Amino acid sequence: MQPINEMKLEFLSKSSNEAFARVVAAAFASQLDPTIEELADIRTAVSEAVTNAIIHGYENKAGIIKMVCRLYERSIEIEITDEGKGIEDIELAMQPLYTSKPDMERSGMGFTVMESFMDKVSVRSKPGEGTTVTLYKTFGDSDKAVTGN
Amino acid sequence: MEIRFANRGSTLIASLNGELDHHFSEYARNKIERELIKATTRNVIFDLTGLSFMDSSGIGVLVGRYANIQKLGGRAAIICKNEKIRRILEISGILKLMPLYEELDQAVKALLIA
Repeated sequence: MQPINEMKLEFLSKSSNEAFARVVAAAFASQLDPTIEELADIRTAVSEAVTNAIIHGYENKAGIIKMVCRLYERSIEIEITDEGKGIEDIELAMQPLYTSKPDMERSGMGFTVMESFMDKVSVRSKPGEGTTVTLYKTFGDSDKAVTGN
Repeated sequence: MEIRFANRGSTLIASLNGELDHHFSEYARNKIERELIKATTRNVIFDLTGLSFMDSSGIGVLVGRYANIQKLGGRAAIICKNEKIRRILEISGILKLMPLYEELDQAVKALLIA
């Protein structure tokens, strides 16, 4: 399925860009006229994914984070990619309360929050190569249909 | 992000304003921690009414502070009306440690009674 609109953004893995990325994603999504609630869901999920890329992907070192947003008729797909250390065990990383960095006061709730606020979250990762998190959301719908997957 | 502190009897009230994400989590942690050290009160209320955004980084900040409050024999509560932030608080399980109230007066009373 072809997106009706698409944008790509690259930014440094700086924590000050977390707010930037979530605001950009929400602004782009607003073309589909979503509710304020739906935009808040997107801001939260994007913030979690970008934070993961900074803390876990690049472990607070300099790197580039790519964000691709695709709009379909009534849905959005947001890909957030880092070329950092990757995830050894994706299933474990996605467990609620699991964190590889408990000493940093990480709650281990990032993926759980993404899954709770979006319709679907998929993760592709290779140790040593990086991670792509894809967030899907359909607007104005309760049947949770996912497009563009 | 901005944090203001006030006292109500034996309770310290930390009012968080703005956006609490990973970027501001260290600032929030240090600022609250410094206040806890000089505080003469044991109980703490985290007033999140002024937060327009919080993600799971905020949970880390709150749980970390809770551990220190509990070590000193204190108790904590949260005030929050924002529906999205409440959902994050709920799914994190943090409300089992710190009960949630809608109004400051309710939270102050609850900490006094218990």
